[in-house]
Amino acid sequence: MHEQGFTHAPLGRLTLESLPLHEPILIGTFLGVAALGLLVIAALTWFRKWGWLWREWLTSVDHKKIGIMYVVLGIIMLLRGFSDALMMRAQQAVAFGANQGYLPASHYDQIFTAHGTIMIFFVAIPLVVGLVNFVMPLQIGARDVAFPYLNNLSFWLTAAGAMLTMVSLFVGEFARTGWLSYAPLAELPYSPDTGVDYYLWSLEIAGIGTTLSAVNMVATIIKMRAPGMTLMKMPVFTWTALCSNVLAVAIFPALTAAFFLLILDRYAGTQFFTNELGGSPMMYWNMVWIWGHPEVYVLVLPAFGIYSEITSTFTGKRLFGYSSMVYATLVITILSYLVWLHHFFTMGSGASVNSFFGIATMIIAIPTGAKVFNWLFTMYRGEIRFELPMMWVVAFMLTFVVGGMTGVLLAVPAADFVLHNSLFLVAHFHNTIIGGVVFGLFAGMSYWFPKAFGFRMDEFWGKVAFWGWVIGYWVAWTPIYIVGLMGVPRRVHHLDDASLQPYFVVAALGAVIILIGILGFVMSIVMGIVRREALRDATGDPWGGRTLEWSTSSPPPAYNFAFQPVVHELDAWHDMKENGYQRPTSGFHPVHMPRNTAAGIYVAALCLVFGFSMIWYIWWLAEISAVGAVLASILHTFNYHRDYFIPKDEIALTEDERTRALAEVA
Amino acid sequence: MNTTSLPSSARRDNGPAGSRAFHLTTEDHDHGGGRATLIGFWIYLMSDALIFASLFAVFGVLSHHYAGGPGPKQLFDLSLVAANTMLLLASSITFGIAMMAMEEGRTRATVVWLALTGLLGASFLCVEMHEFSELIARGATPQSSAFLSIFFTLVGTHGVHVAAGLVWMVTLLVQIGQRGLVMENQRRVMCLSMFWHFLDIVWIGVFTFVYLYGVIR
Repeated sequence: MHEQGFTHAPLGRLTLESLPLHEPILIGTFLGVAALGLLVIAALTWFRKWGWLWREWLTSVDHKKIGIMYVVLGIIMLLRGFSDALMMRAQQAVAFGANQGYLPASHYDQIFTAHGTIMIFFVAIPLVVGLVNFVMPLQIGARDVAFPYLNNLSFWLTAAGAMLTMVSLFVGEFARTGWLSYAPLAELPYSPDTGVDYYLWSLEIAGIGTTLSAVNMVATIIKMRAPGMTLMKMPVFTWTALCSNVLAVAIFPALTAAFFLLILDRYAGTQFFTNELGGSPMMYWNMVWIWGHPEVYVLVLPAFGIYSEITSTFTGKRLFGYSSMVYATLVITILSYLVWLHHFFTMGSGASVNSFFGIATMIIAIPTGAKVFNWLFTMYRGEIRFELPMMWVVAFMLTFVVGGMTGVLLAVPAADFVLHNSLFLVAHFHNTIIGGVVFGLFAGMSYWFPKAFGFRMDEFWGKVAFWGWVIGYWVAWTPIYIVGLMGVPRRVHHLDDASLQPYFVVAALGAVIILIGILGFVMSIVMGIVRREALRDATGDPWGGRTLEWSTSSPPPAYNFAFQPVVHELDAWHDMKENGYQRPTSGFHPVHMPRNTAAGIYVAALCLVFGFSMIWYIWWLAEISAVGAVLASILHTFNYHRDYFIPKDEIALTEDERTRALAEVA
Repeated sequence: MNTTSLPSSARRDNGPAGSRAFHLTTEDHDHGGGRATLIGFWIYLMSDALIFASLFAVFGVLSHHYAGGPGPKQLFDLSLVAANTMLLLASSITFGIAMMAMEEGRTRATVVWLALTGLLGASFLCVEMHEFSELIARGATPQSSAFLSIFFTLVGTHGVHVAAGLVWMVTLLVQIGQRGLVMENQRRVMCLSMFWHFLDIVWIGVFTFVYLYGVIR
């Protein structure tokens, strides 16, 4: 470590002043969070659920439980990320002319940075990874993922990153540099406080988790498909999960490297992205966007898979153009790697380079358009059932195509020079991410919720969530498109021109409508639990599904399938139903399963401590926790008893129960 | 539908339709576990290769950014680095011999050749640290120019990987001592072997593009 400005005090630069005691908003938030946390702890203690929580969930290596934990993490972080959004909309609705609004500029900057960081890294990624984790192994007829322990570790590393971000709310501050923390602003001389360090360490830890998870999912899809399931008989969601995770393996290293170099700049005084001694700030932009643009497709491809599954289920038809859907997915996967420079056409790399990246960007619209037509043709002359998941699909198609078109508009370098860093751009990517990814995640969650828990979400509140989000989206973002086209830049805390105020007031109103959507979503889960007896599904196949996950019970047993399924056709479960498949009720075998382990949670906890002590320059603690994390990982490799057999009788009991449940329905 | 590609047990237990079996009646207890480990490790290596690719790309951008300071011609002692390269390449050969011994089930020979590999790796690291300390003593620190920043980071990242490989190797030697060449340990030795050869390939890139090309350019 070089010495300039680095403290060697036992607690580093952590002092009482690091706590935001002078910020009433943060104190209030802290009290609220603390009260809620105490309530949860008290409830767990009162109902004696700690042991259950630890054994059945936190240390579980069951892909279904890990998937659910990812989704819970994503939903909790969505509430945080969305409160940031509400605060921004409220600030921008009032901060005109003499009124400076209620947020100081430094706080506003932290909020827009935290909002973007959290929504992408700790909402969208956990929700996507969670759904893939839960659904994909079931779809391919597997009993678990290729590396169950690694799966648990990946989850906890992601959670550790999220927790570190949350800690910044109450200890120190978060970055004020925007969600990708561009250099040179993110360098030590311009951002000397802990904000950027919180950003870097939480994303570095979470990013390693995501990379490991992606490796795991790719190996699972390659090696653990049911006999007979050739690549072109894989469900579309599994295909998109494969492409998404291959892409993640290919891009996260670039982000890890970029953050690592920025960390070296900030901690060791190197000259990678500085403005002096040969450093190159634009190199940072290139590196983060080599990750950043494909990342959009890491998120949206699985969402496309979800739309495909739902469209074909709720129209009762095989998906139109399955193979063109697969090839479109592959083409998008490859093209997404060739467009990163469109994020900074204004860098000045010249007409030829800009033309290449502009054209490559426009070409992506072709396979994406093919997908939209595939969904439309699947619906054409189908018997469409407008249940909740299908409603999300229709809303997606109507919303997303607009975002796609403004994307093609922005891909024209000449237009981008005008619209760069404007609110038009912000409206565009919210249009695609909300309309594409978020709607898809809600569609997927409502579609697979009965599979995960054995009962549906509450329909009424689900519709409140749907209308809140869809109407709220359009009310919130249409005015932003308009002011963006008029030239209002992004990330401003105050505007002088009062004639723009009505647009921002409408946008704030839209955000409130989205709030109704979010509360509706939470309520649809709560009311689903309350009314679970009325909403229960004993068949395991509430929607008339077509893929293997619907062939087992809801929730599926720990071993997923009592017998290894064999696949003959695309839409394997549909094929089984068509051909008079009868569920076997005897002749069970013991099933080989991985054993739970607490190693992942320990390693991730040590990483969390390591990140925190690096941020605050508490060097001794950083050394101890780093060595501890390595030792804990090594110690885990001395455990050779990682699996066990579920005895035949236990399986027979579980399956008999299902036989009785099925008989009651029939 | 061609059912001949399916395992024989799949064709036994037929549903009423009579033509198709929809599940196996036997259990595959492996779960793809062993087979998946190697491909999983390959995929991990590819992601690690991309970290190095990113660093090489950064080197490509910054390799001329001397900021008025010394460049490769003034700094690098090619004969030292060439000797060090030979140490690392030799360690790949000894690892190969360890693998052959493992194939033949000779535990002792495996352990000895692995230990020799580790010694060669450790000597490589010692020479590298010596080189680094010489450079720093001459004032060529990672902070003094962008070129030196990426030089130390690229070469150092490779060195950290070698060090991690050494820790892994010691762990494995202990585990082989405890349990012998059981299936799990064999799988681990195979993974470590891939890791070790991978680091060799990366080093050849480092030697060629950082040292050799830097000096002859």
